[in-house]
Amino acid sequence: MPRGRAVGLGALLLLVLLMPFALSGFRLFQFTQVCVYAMVLLGLNLLTGYNGQISLGHGAFYALGAYTAAIMIDRWSVPYGWTIPAAGAACFLVGFLFGIPALRLEGLHLALATFALALAVPQILKYFDGWTGGSQGIVLSKPRAPLGIPLSPDQWLYYLALVVLLVLFVLTWNLLRSRPGRAIVAIRDNPIAARAMGIDAALYKSLTFGVSAGYTGVAGALGGLAVAFVAPDSFNVFLSITFLVGIVIGGLASVPGAIFGALFIQFVPNYAQEISKAAPWAIYGVFLIAFMYVMPDGVAGFLRRLAHRAGDQARPVRPAASTTPKGGQHAHT
Amino acid sequence: MHTRRTILALSLTVALGLLAGPASAADPGVTATEIKIGHTNPYSGPASAYGTIGKAIGAYFKKVNEEGGVNGRKINFITLDDGYSPPKAVEMVRKLVEQDQVLLLFQTLGTPSNTAIWKYMNDQQVPQLFVATGATKWGDPKGHPWTMGWQPTYQTEGHIYAQYILRNVPDAKIGILFQNDDYGKDYLKGLKDGLGDAAKKAIVLEQSYEVTDPTVDSQIVNLKNSGANVFFNVTTPKFAAQAIKKAADIGWQPVHLLNNVSSSVGAVLKPAGLSASKGVITTQYLKDPTDPQWKNDQGFKDWVAFMDKYYPEGNKADAFNVYGYSVAQSLIQVLKQCGNDLSRANVLKQAASLKGFAVPMLLPGIKINTSPTDFYPIEQEQLARFDGERWVLFGELFDAGKK
Repeated sequence: MPRGRAVGLGALLLLVLLMPFALSGFRLFQFTQVCVYAMVLLGLNLLTGYNGQISLGHGAFYALGAYTAAIMIDRWSVPYGWTIPAAGAACFLVGFLFGIPALRLEGLHLALATFALALAVPQILKYFDGWTGGSQGIVLSKPRAPLGIPLSPDQWLYYLALVVLLVLFVLTWNLLRSRPGRAIVAIRDNPIAARAMGIDAALYKSLTFGVSAGYTGVAGALGGLAVAFVAPDSFNVFLSITFLVGIVIGGLASVPGAIFGALFIQFVPNYAQEISKAAPWAIYGVFLIAFMYVMPDGVAGFLRRLAHRAGDQARPVRPAASTTPKGGQHAHT
Repeated sequence: MHTRRTILALSLTVALGLLAGPASAADPGVTATEIKIGHTNPYSGPASAYGTIGKAIGAYFKKVNEEGGVNGRKINFITLDDGYSPPKAVEMVRKLVEQDQVLLLFQTLGTPSNTAIWKYMNDQQVPQLFVATGATKWGDPKGHPWTMGWQPTYQTEGHIYAQYILRNVPDAKIGILFQNDDYGKDYLKGLKDGLGDAAKKAIVLEQSYEVTDPTVDSQIVNLKNSGANVFFNVTTPKFAAQAIKKAADIGWQPVHLLNNVSSSVGAVLKPAGLSASKGVITTQYLKDPTDPQWKNDQGFKDWVAFMDKYYPEGNKADAFNVYGYSVAQSLIQVLKQCGNDLSRANVLKQAASLKGFAVPMLLPGIKINTSPTDFYPIEQEQLARFDGERWVLFGELFDAGKK
């Protein structure tokens, strides 16, 4: 089983590593954004897919991450490399603290509380305009590759985002396979049973919220660097809803699902616009419904089922779990 | 011998090529039959009311194409939705420049989105022409020579109010209410620059508010108590309506100068109360399509004919459609002036050498003038007073460009 998977993964890795030399700066910028979105979805999936808490407010943490990085660079001239972990740490802390009172809220109530956060953040950013530059935002310059590595800023940022994404992937995989990971899932599946087994549900839920926010903060910092500009208008409520769309389309409680979700939220709105200038969001809606109808458990779940079926036909005895991650195809516009 | 001749021939070819290069080297986006123009606009999202500007521009280019294009070339207008989101604007603009290979970018809307692409456009040396925002920073030929605004800036407007005060209110005591951000400060700077030495003595109180504040009632009370007889009202629509209403409620009747940003009758003056708004003064530079005085005006009649034929679903009461039509005409003038040299450098050069260009739907007498050091196309405006029903123009044109 691992052989086919390893070959597939290796080929995919080679492809994404070579992409900067085949694609234009604009395309690389788009794929950098895919990496950034995938980080957010990874974090959000940890919270929603694995822990069962719904957040409609991750755009707020994304904004917090972006602004943490931007203010550190702009006001204190901190090298940008340090601002990425700092943004993650700041968001982890805020997410953890927000998680404590939010614990009293379940399901839809929590969704509303986080939604309020997403609504409030653009206004709060405008209020502290001494720090944030108000509605005018903060202009950053694109980071150049260090040590004279001959890469363009677009190529460098892509690699940086890719590496950070891979690190977060490995972290997530390990976390989910560990004791805390099982506790996180147990709380989702049956909170009472989980408590009976001695899991401190309150602590784990807050921690999950914090980690999820931390991932999103890292993504926000990288996203801000890629766009080289942050402003309150960049982080409206719609962004938070887009993230939720991303995890549902990609596949709830699926780690590779983050990539599929990110590809969807990055490219499908553009496709929709190419199909119809008059009603792009209606087309987007049709895509959403079609995806949900054909793949009710997300792209990742769909591929898993396909692989199962193929496996069943070839070797009826052994249901293979190999998912060749080939879903990157619809990225090539 | 043979090789030498080959070398000679080769070098001649190269030399000829080099000589011919600059003359025929067309920048991207231009062929013998086509000029590609890129544009982004919020067709969706919170600012989608502006979407009609993009549609009016597209409709005008369609008209130009049907009438034979510009010097025989048709306009290929590629317009994309940025949803008023700066990251989306960056993505869309990079697509236009790098993938669609447009000659120039036109009329991108909103200060945040334009700020986000500002450096990129200037690094790429692609013209970013006639951006749709009133911020003053777009007229920076030294630092950002590839970017140019179009509409009168907030500072220009502040200047004009200053000139009005200096001429008409001899012992002016000015009270100011402004939104505490770049937009508000831009207006303030314009007013102070316009007042010159008189500013210190004339301005008796400055009050600011934050966009997040619920009301501006206490500021209005303070301004009244300061004894001001001129009220310079630099607020966005919601606060403008509050300010007008509160001033009327507490019986404060200064010369009330309301910034053009909040001059909408429907969105500001009606909620504030039409009788409370009577006598308020603002500035205008476009012909208001709902004003009956233009009924027999040729420019207005042409605009109505254009709307009927090319944009019939558009709202003829919406000033944004006048705006889109007029800014599109300005760009066509630039392209006409370019002749057959449609390089990016020449487009920029021609945009910076508009001389006395009259746009039919701008108020009579307003002329567009630019130069390599003047990146502010429209610098003239006229005052208008609200008569309880509509804005009535009065006085002559003010010219903030004249020093």
